[in-house]
Amino acid sequence: MTATRYHSRLHQTARERHADTHPLTWRLHEDGTRVDLEDYTAKDGYAAVRQVLGRQSPEDVIETMKSANLRGRGGGGFSAGVKWSLTLKGEDLPRGYLVCNADEMEPGTFKDRVLLEQLPHLLIEGMILAAYANDSAFGYIFLRVEYVTAARALTRALEEARAAGWLGDDIAGSGFDFDIVLHTGAGRYICGEETALLNSLEGRRANPRTKPPFPGQSGAWGKPTVVNNVETLCNVPAALRHGAEWYQGLSGNLSDDGGTKLYGMSGRVARPGLWELPIGTRGESLFELAGGMRDGLRLKAWQPGGSSTGFLMPEHLDLALDYDTIGEAGSRLGTGLMTVVAEGQSLVTLVRNMEGFFARESCGWCTPCRDGLPWVEKLLRALEVGEGKPGDIELLQELASGLGPSKTFCAHAPGASMPLVSAIQYFRDEFEAGIARPDGA
Amino acid sequence: MERELACYEQPQAACIEALKIVQRRHGWVPDGAIPVIARVLGVGAADVEGVATFYSLIFRQPVGRHVILVCDSSSCLLTGFEALRDALSGALGIGFGQTTADGRFTLLPICCLGACDGGPALMIDEDTLGPVAPEEVGELLEGYP
Amino acid sequence: MATIHVDGRAYEVVGSHNLLQACLSLGLDVPYFCWHPAMGSVGACRQCAVKQYKDEDDTQGMLVMSCMAPVEEAMRVSIDDEEAYEFRRSVIEWLMANHPHDCPVCEEGGHCHLQDMTVMTGHARRRYRFRKRTHRNQDLGPFIAHEMNRCITCYRCVRFYRDYAGGEDLGAFGSNDNVYFGRYREGALESAFSGNLTEVCPTGVFTDRTHSDHYVRKWDLQFAPSICHQCAVGCNTSPGERYGDIRRIENRYHGEVNGYFLCDRGRFGHGYVNRDDRPRRPEWRNVGEASATPLEVDAALDRGADALRRARRIIGIGSPRASLESNHQLRELVGEANFSSGVVAAEQACLSRMARLARESGLPAPSLREVEAHDAILVLGEDPLQSAARLGLALRRAVLARGEVLAEARDIPAWNAEAVMTLAQGARHPLFIAYPAATGLDSLAEHHLALAEENIARLGFAVAHAIDDRAPAVDDLDESTREAARRIAEALLDAQRPLVVSGGSLASPAILDAAGNIARALAGRRRRGGLTLVRREANSTGVELLGGHPLEWALDELSRGAADALVVLENDLYQRLPRAPVDRALEASALVVVLDHQRTPTWQRAHLGLPAASFAEASGTLVSLEGRAQRFFAVHEPRYHRPESRIHSSWRWLHALEATLEHRQASDVGLETVIRACADRHPALAAIIDAAPGNDYRIEGLELARAPHRYSGRTAMRAHLDVSEPRPPSDADTPFVFSMEGYSGSDRPRSLVAFAWAPGWNSPQAWNKFTDEVGGHLRGGDPGVRVLEPGSRERSHERSHGRSHERSSESGYATEVPAAFAARDGEWRVVILPRLFGGEETSSLSAAIAARAGASTLTLAADDARRLGVTEGDSLSLETADTRRNLPLRVDPLLPPGLVAVPAGVDPALASGDSARLALPDSMGVETP
Ligand SMILES: Cc1cc2nc3c(=O)[nH]c(=O)nc-3n(C[C@H](O)[C@H](O)[C@H](O)COP(=O)(O)O)c2cc1C
Ligand code: SF4
Ligand code: FES
Repeated sequence: MTATRYHSRLHQTARERHADTHPLTWRLHEDGTRVDLEDYTAKDGYAAVRQVLGRQSPEDVIETMKSANLRGRGGGGFSAGVKWSLTLKGEDLPRGYLVCNADEMEPGTFKDRVLLEQLPHLLIEGMILAAYANDSAFGYIFLRVEYVTAARALTRALEEARAAGWLGDDIAGSGFDFDIVLHTGAGRYICGEETALLNSLEGRRANPRTKPPFPGQSGAWGKPTVVNNVETLCNVPAALRHGAEWYQGLSGNLSDDGGTKLYGMSGRVARPGLWELPIGTRGESLFELAGGMRDGLRLKAWQPGGSSTGFLMPEHLDLALDYDTIGEAGSRLGTGLMTVVAEGQSLVTLVRNMEGFFARESCGWCTPCRDGLPWVEKLLRALEVGEGKPGDIELLQELASGLGPSKTFCAHAPGASMPLVSAIQYFRDEFEAGIARPDGA
Repeated sequence: MERELACYEQPQAACIEALKIVQRRHGWVPDGAIPVIARVLGVGAADVEGVATFYSLIFRQPVGRHVILVCDSSSCLLTGFEALRDALSGALGIGFGQTTADGRFTLLPICCLGACDGGPALMIDEDTLGPVAPEEVGELLEGYP
Repeated sequence: MATIHVDGRAYEVVGSHNLLQACLSLGLDVPYFCWHPAMGSVGACRQCAVKQYKDEDDTQGMLVMSCMAPVEEAMRVSIDDEEAYEFRRSVIEWLMANHPHDCPVCEEGGHCHLQDMTVMTGHARRRYRFRKRTHRNQDLGPFIAHEMNRCITCYRCVRFYRDYAGGEDLGAFGSNDNVYFGRYREGALESAFSGNLTEVCPTGVFTDRTHSDHYVRKWDLQFAPSICHQCAVGCNTSPGERYGDIRRIENRYHGEVNGYFLCDRGRFGHGYVNRDDRPRRPEWRNVGEASATPLEVDAALDRGADALRRARRIIGIGSPRASLESNHQLRELVGEANFSSGVVAAEQACLSRMARLARESGLPAPSLREVEAHDAILVLGEDPLQSAARLGLALRRAVLARGEVLAEARDIPAWNAEAVMTLAQGARHPLFIAYPAATGLDSLAEHHLALAEENIARLGFAVAHAIDDRAPAVDDLDESTREAARRIAEALLDAQRPLVVSGGSLASPAILDAAGNIARALAGRRRRGGLTLVRREANSTGVELLGGHPLEWALDELSRGAADALVVLENDLYQRLPRAPVDRALEASALVVVLDHQRTPTWQRAHLGLPAASFAEASGTLVSLEGRAQRFFAVHEPRYHRPESRIHSSWRWLHALEATLEHRQASDVGLETVIRACADRHPALAAIIDAAPGNDYRIEGLELARAPHRYSGRTAMRAHLDVSEPRPPSDADTPFVFSMEGYSGSDRPRSLVAFAWAPGWNSPQAWNKFTDEVGGHLRGGDPGVRVLEPGSRERSHERSHGRSHERSSESGYATEVPAAFAARDGEWRVVILPRLFGGEETSSLSAAIAARAGASTLTLAADDARRLGVTEGDSLSLETADTRRNLPLRVDPLLPPGLVAVPAGVDPALASGDSARLALPDSMGVETP
């Protein structure tokens, strides 16, 4: 068979990755095989658990995480330490849950997969630490069902960890009890939204929940619940092992945000793939690592981190890829995996495809998203085939504004509106070309 | 099933897993399974049907022996999804949402498979493949009798 | 309270409300869909957006959904803000993208919340130019029609049906712009409250199927405030009439009783008033003749009076399904000594116990709103979802209100509906049910004790004893019941407001004694508790207050020749007692006068039949199980559309008959006069005068309109009879007129509301314009007056018959603890179980209800069925002293051995407590008649 089986892998070789610069990936095998328990413990694995559990108070752990300035890698960029500090815990409250968001479905995003498939123990270690800080009784890894290899890797790793006493009662003699269940989904992008995820976990339709109350107040089964992305949790062991200052220092003077980030690139670039780089790395550097455009194509536009982030132009490559900088440029860092569009590729088609995606994946709960997005998609389809009508672009802009923040129930629709608004902003002529002119005009 | 129930605070949480267990057995979830699952979990049949019809990978209609999920999201669009889709449609004589007359393949679109650096990508049963060139499709399908 | 600023004006609002509630309560118009006053907020539709400003200097502001925004002191908002206005207009535009725009053929048209909101938001021009998606509809049974294409996906249907009312067969399916609300398989909706979907759904997805065949717009219906006659709860209704038929029944908001919701028996059970075979003219039937001759009113009165005059002694049989006024008037006609309440002795014994407990137990009978505020409930011998369905719904709300308590402790406001459910995880206040068979509330109960009647009573006695050891103890109580009693007592004592629910459904005075003891014991501990006692019929409570002999007494008097004439008021005796004694009594009567609105078997035996008005044509007063006297008003005047009809209120017939009998000028009598006479005669009922404003009540000098301002076709609707329009019939009995010429507005507070309609609000949501705050009370006061309160004095009526030999201890506790039930070989104890559909006389005559009435069955315990070697579906013959009947078997794993349960309405000759023999039909040798 000629077609290749897809393998998730990093472009950096083992020699390029080091414990003090690549906290997420330094343990990865060159051949992409899973790092098992033996290998993981040999490479300082579970050292943070031993160092923290029972030795530091949960409050101290949270303080460290706050100063480490690890911002949520699921796309929102909310400080993990702050989130944990807002999670209810205490004598008179039931112990809650820790949920790992491994539903990775944001178009253009393929970063959690590598960690899940090849380094499951790092995630487990991160979850133990997060659970300790938040007094979570139980953990769930909410994994998208299509990640078959990851499911196998996690299942094995959970068994290994349980057998070795890293999970279960009295972990490492600390008196702390915690265990993890692997939960696989059944499709649908919206399950990645943290509150929809909780509904899905509870076996319900994955409509998001209203906030407030936030999951930290009332999450899974009404208990205080922390939801963090895979990559976020995988950053926790190193941050706690080496301290906030070290962690924050990883990004040097590139960014105020702490740590490294799994960056990636897809589209028609020479070397699509993944790299672990200090957060705040400039777009230009990433673009160079990917070898620039392939087949002599020229870069037309790019998205910094998935379909729900706004388009940026080639000149924006100069910017640091961190949450605030990209935010100020009018987009969002999102998942940090760039999608590039080549000269000659139609923005109208691309955006129509994206809005079709968002319309299809809408949960159907709130009106603007459920009924507005299909209309957007149809208008774009009309423009794509040259059947647009005068006023359609303004109508699209109006619809996009109705999909914006605070107007819909969750962030799905605002995510859909971003690429549309920015595409019209930068490439209005392409949209205008789709408006049918009366004959001879 | 019991093992599943033990993992959660409320039996309803096992609903999706229960549907998947039925689906592993039959390839899809037949009508009769809905009230059965409802009874086991102690919830209403309408709740189970509500869940079954929400998730895209729970099939409430018969599917072929092999389900082909073709990523139709942005990165794959930019790297050749449309040509791949057309090649598959051509080879199988069906479009999205359809099953070949011999019951061998069902063709479905899926959102981003998390294989964007290997786009255009697709998944057949449990195998993720990519990049897949349109020319490779015929040979590829032979691997799934 | 909090002060908020809306568009620059300061208002005082309730601090615990959300902004939408607050604005609507102020009378400000904010459009909404997914929110509902009884169901709280979920923030799905995004229709209620307003601008919120951080402070005085913030000119930018941010859009918020008012239904999800908690009221905050000094908060600044704008409804009129341009961006908010535009956004709300857009929301409607999106909602309408797939909507079929089929208003002209849609039965929601004219009382459609979607239409109202479309106008309110200013969306007028359609810009969506693509194909609409379409759905297939389902057959949802005889009550509800389904048209999914009109859906705007507000989720209110499932939120009501499933979350609020506990139905499990309606759901939301699919996702994105393809969400479908329906049953998981086509078929009749199972919930007893499905009819509320017609009002809860803001569009025409769920409409009243019973209305469909003879549909008219809301504006063409004539309404009156009415009281549901189909059970004792006393829900307030708004029946709508056109061309002399009741076309549909809508909920009439009552802040204490039914709130926004009715049960399906009440909503769909009115078909009997439209029956073609209803008696419409007086009829005379000579002795021994099958057919009757119609008479004019005067002739009928003369013949009736002549015959009565010849009688030695006249017995009057009243009715718990007739008004106080009619019963009173009959009692006046025949005299107190000759008056029977029309209720059988066993039931009457229960009714008088209930009245006594209501006064003496120390616990008040709560309104349904108050029921919902109780936090521990014991149901003793009732299945409220069958016997008093709307009460069952209130009990469900009470139990689930625990979620709100938990949520509020975590700063989640009660209106944040989904968040409350998430936090609550189904948390419930304790509910205990003791009942022989499974009930619809079992899934909410902490414990269901399936016991025979005596054992239910024993459990109750034991509970009372556990609360107060002066209450009699129960000897030889088995360990598990003792333990249950202890747990129940503990839960009731732990509660802030414990509620005991019992009633007469199992016809067991012992159960009521037990319930009374518990109430007494709780009251002794000074708990703010409640005692709800279920009666069977719309005016059971009322006739008990009037007094009267039991029905058996009346039949005896006639059969033994002590009386020779009988006047029966709206009562089919064959529904109450076995055929033989009724036949005997009727045969012994030289004259039988029957007043009824149905051609019942009793009517067929009448010498003189007088066509009585049903609730649709009569005004009068009923007393509900809460002890609330409530007035219902005639919806229409039957002669207007059917000039040949001679239908009159029974109290009017009876007054005329009495006058004729006494050779007085048969001057007409007014409702007011009868009410006053009744109140004078019965001190316990003195308050009924105040149950509603009198006939001289005016608003802005105007009488009250029964028809909406847009009522059309009046000048032509009688053109087939007479091309000149007659004056509308006059109504001297009430402040209502049979026309639109009167007050029908919402700006002046009033408690008498025939139909809710307010500027811009054509749908039932218009009720929010009549209340002090949304979901609160009618600004003019919730209708009705309580006549049965703890400590309320009543002349003790000494009766020769039916006087129960209740014995009680010094502390007032009942002391007769029954012995435990012992199943006996070959002998079965009959229990009659109330049922919502098919278990009540008049609603069963309505086609839609008949279609939903379950099969007639007999139920046995699983063990008993096994011992008999029979399985579900087998036909079994049941024989008692009075009847023999073949019925298919049902097996209830809960039912205690030794009992055979039969649903109400299957065979009136069967009564709870009868002993029966069971056999396979052929071994019995005789077929059922
Ligand atoms: C529509 C939608 C889809 C999302 N999908 C994902 C996802 O697949 N994985 C993820 O980690 N976060 C996803 N998120 C973000 C989560 O809601 C949440 O912010 C995140 O899991 C929090 O983790 P973090 O703080 O560690 O980033 C999604 C958000 C939205 C609105
Ligand atoms: S924005 Fe879309 S995905 Fe989010 S709640 Fe609304 S309908 Fe659902
Ligand atoms: S009424 Fe507020 S969002 Fe629906």
